[in-house]
Amino acid sequence: MTELNNSELIRLSAAQLAAKLAAREVTSVEVTQAYLDRIADVDGQVNAFLHVNAEEALAVAAEVDAIRAAGGAEAEALHELAGVPIAVKDLIVTIGQPTTAGSKILEGWHSPYDATVIKKLRAAKMPILGKTNLDEFAMGSSTEHSAYGPTRNPWDLDRIPGGSGGGSAAAVAAFEAPLALGTDTGGSIRQPGAVTGTVGMKPTYGAVSRYGAIAMASSLDQIGPVSRTVLDSALLQEVIGGHDPFDSTSLTDPFDTLVAAAKTGNVTGMKIGIIKELHGEGYQAGVENRFNESLELLKEAGAEIVEVSCPNFKYALGAYYLIMPSEVSSNLAKFDGVRYGLRVLPEDGPMTIERVMAATRAAGFGDEVKRRIILGTYALSAGYYDAYYGSAQKVRTLIQRDFDAAFAQADVLISPTAPTTAFKLGEKLDDPLAMYLNDVATIPANMAGIPGLSLPGGLADEDGLPVGIQLLAPAREDARLYRVGAVLESLLEEKWGGPLLAKAPALGSSSTIAGGSN
Amino acid sequence: MSTDATLSFEEAMEKYDPVLGFEVHVELNTKTKMFSSAPNVFGDEPNTNVNEVDLGMPGVLPVVNRTAVESSIKIGLALNCKIAEYCRFARKNYFYPDTPKNFQTSQYDEPIAYDGYLDIELSDGTVFRVEIERAHMEEDAGKLTHMGGATGRIQGADYSLVDYNRSGVPLVEIVTKPIEGAGSRAPELAKAYVAAVREIVKNLGVSDAKMERGNVRCDANVSLRPHGRERFGIRSETKNVNSLRAVEHAVRYEIQRHAAVLDSGEPVIQETRHWHEDTRTTTSGRAKSDADDYRYFPEPDLVPVLASREWVEELRATLPEPPAARRKRLQADWGYSDLEFRDVVNAGVMDSIEETIAAGANASVARKWWMGEIVGRAKTADVDPSELGVTPETIVELNKLVEGGKINNKMASQVLDGVLAGEGTPAEIVEKRGLAVVSDDGPLLEAIDAALAAQPDVAEKIRSGKLQAIGAIVGGVMKATRGQADAGRVKELILERLGVEG
Repeated sequence: MTELNNSELIRLSAAQLAAKLAAREVTSVEVTQAYLDRIADVDGQVNAFLHVNAEEALAVAAEVDAIRAAGGAEAEALHELAGVPIAVKDLIVTIGQPTTAGSKILEGWHSPYDATVIKKLRAAKMPILGKTNLDEFAMGSSTEHSAYGPTRNPWDLDRIPGGSGGGSAAAVAAFEAPLALGTDTGGSIRQPGAVTGTVGMKPTYGAVSRYGAIAMASSLDQIGPVSRTVLDSALLQEVIGGHDPFDSTSLTDPFDTLVAAAKTGNVTGMKIGIIKELHGEGYQAGVENRFNESLELLKEAGAEIVEVSCPNFKYALGAYYLIMPSEVSSNLAKFDGVRYGLRVLPEDGPMTIERVMAATRAAGFGDEVKRRIILGTYALSAGYYDAYYGSAQKVRTLIQRDFDAAFAQADVLISPTAPTTAFKLGEKLDDPLAMYLNDVATIPANMAGIPGLSLPGGLADEDGLPVGIQLLAPAREDARLYRVGAVLESLLEEKWGGPLLAKAPALGSSSTIAGGSN
Repeated sequence: MSTDATLSFEEAMEKYDPVLGFEVHVELNTKTKMFSSAPNVFGDEPNTNVNEVDLGMPGVLPVVNRTAVESSIKIGLALNCKIAEYCRFARKNYFYPDTPKNFQTSQYDEPIAYDGYLDIELSDGTVFRVEIERAHMEEDAGKLTHMGGATGRIQGADYSLVDYNRSGVPLVEIVTKPIEGAGSRAPELAKAYVAAVREIVKNLGVSDAKMERGNVRCDANVSLRPHGRERFGIRSETKNVNSLRAVEHAVRYEIQRHAAVLDSGEPVIQETRHWHEDTRTTTSGRAKSDADDYRYFPEPDLVPVLASREWVEELRATLPEPPAARRKRLQADWGYSDLEFRDVVNAGVMDSIEETIAAGANASVARKWWMGEIVGRAKTADVDPSELGVTPETIVELNKLVEGGKINNKMASQVLDGVLAGEGTPAEIVEKRGLAVVSDDGPLLEAIDAALAAQPDVAEKIRSGKLQAIGAIVGGVMKATRGQADAGRVKELILERLGVEG
């Protein structure tokens, strides 16, 4: 039916695919199969997927095709993204597929229920291609902490794809999926987006239900879209967003102007604030250059660039590494071998419940998870609570005030998403503090509950790797990010002569074809 | 299980002053659980009233049950508490297999209700004020059954079974301030306090309030200090004392045990104690110190509970008549004297009498049965009167048999024994035991003639109009019929026989 070959098909954006599906120029089965073929072709190199859900994805695709073919009211009622496939971070529970959270402790576990966002994907009839790799329980910035091996960056297979959502970002960057779901606790959507040249959006805390996202740090976690274009993220957020009675922390007001904002991008007369504390020292030169380039483009497009200061951001990383592990220590207590998942019996000595729990957790959790459980247990302990957890909560308030003051001066704030481009696999694995510093620019948004969007800002001069630009808006102003993001994206693509990902090296069987690039 | 030394209660009281404290857990009778939509139902097949939230599956989130919050506010108001406008839940972190998340979602330093009191009336009418520290919301844990091993406890068990049906059932924990000055009335006060709390939550309709089902559970804290000393002694906490009588006995026992420990010069160990109904003693549980570290922190998955003043006042307006006021009203309705009513209350049969009246008996009949027949039997059987097995319907039926002249009071008492022995309904027992009052006038007339002949002078008196003399003849007839005659009918026949207008 289609005149596009598979290689061209998988490079279309979700919005373009949706248009072709609606116009019946292509079927969902063709699209879904093209992606499954691509996964089969390249995922041996990338390792973005922990589970491929081919049968169910094709069944959903066939159902959408049948509805479209039959026409009538049911076809009319199909969601715009019906038939557009999607990958799901393996932290989000799904009926019919295993959910591991990247951990041995959940190996082979099947959820008896669907996360709310999964119910919404099913309602929109989006075929789910599979579950993507992540740092164990979303703890990490490189996906190297997955119990199932690291995911590799499609731009350079020796480099990390970011984390914790490296699988989702790499899958989208490697054209293994047009869209993916991620979760962002301290940057796990945005930083992988930055280092893989993709778009990642952390919505306002509460904009998307967390029900069914295995909790890492409840007050910081947020599910959000991963895509190749700003518009695609807006489309996906409208699918997954909205109030959920199963999540008390979900917001009641609808976010239904996101797509419109992405389509009518405009920055004329807007004030865009550079956060003094989030660039310069500690940021790679190539990152700074691309960042300044984006500022110039926004200025040319009619925005006013101002500088704001957020003096308390210097405490953000420290406070984050108290609040997050505290919540982790409690959220992960349920993994004890009693009701589900791994159960390890002690090799010798008495068979008590405490010893079974201990043996299970010792064998089932990786080092980074244990490190954070220990940190959090300590921070919440009697006698230390006020000094650690209590003080960190005060810092959180100060960060919110910094943002309030900044947003009094600017409509949107801007910074590099991460201080560096993708580092080499193994480079920071033995240095947790260096790894933690990767999230220095993304963490403040989680601490304040505000939305943050990362979009590709070009390639760093020194290593030719993607740089991410982060936009931040006040809580509930997600639409503003899509509006500004769409403008910046189009200006940059105009400069590059096409999407940044077109510059990525070829993968899989196509990498053996002469030239290898498209 | 070692037996602890005890002092006599009297000697303990001579030397020491008891200080009490209670934590009463009330299970709410909401349709669904505290944080999930699973049914809150007692007694079903294990692990059937559960969903992913109650099982602590990965990814689940709690949602607060609004009705449970309302019930908690009502309890707070009934305990004369202040209601917090803003309060939060917290996580109490500890690993135990009856707690599926390995933390209990509870309230820590922000209870929904605080600073209340309850006036407790003791058996002699003395009113004792118990100060309420707080009433807070939390979720119940699952139920563990330890298989194998001698003690039925987790230590030494071969394996344990867990039923999560109870996991997530809404609880309100009511905590008193230290109760000082009860002296030798401490055991009685303990029982009366728990009875009052139970009465209040039952009256509010927020709990089924059945202690035998664990709807109301009491942890009793006891410490002793020498008379005149201000500082509290070291306390023990006797867990899950689950009947009113057990509360009284447990407090009494702990006072006697503490006194013996203190007398021996040893310090009391701060620990939990397990109550044993069979031996009416406690045994050592787990050492408990104030330093138990539950790593409480605010529950990040829940938003704060906001109780607007308007809402609280709306709820206050729906509160039913408080039990103390109810007692005043019932006494007036029933026409009992102060003494009669206090006896009824102290015997623990006020509710039973109310139910019996509702079933169709009048107030004096209901009192006669409960106080005259049932309380004594309950005492002999060592159970609460309401637990003896007599239903209001039984009493109404028995009374109808008496009033209808089928049986007399003496026989009715025998029929009651039959009912309690499981012989059937009162009517069936009358039949089986052949207890019916003799109603065939033939044999009666013979007995009457014999009695009149035996006492001609009395017969003459009656003939001449001295009707009060009839008792002697009736007595003779009853004696001759071994009490099986209906005295009323006997009277009628005597008058008829003598040709006297009655």
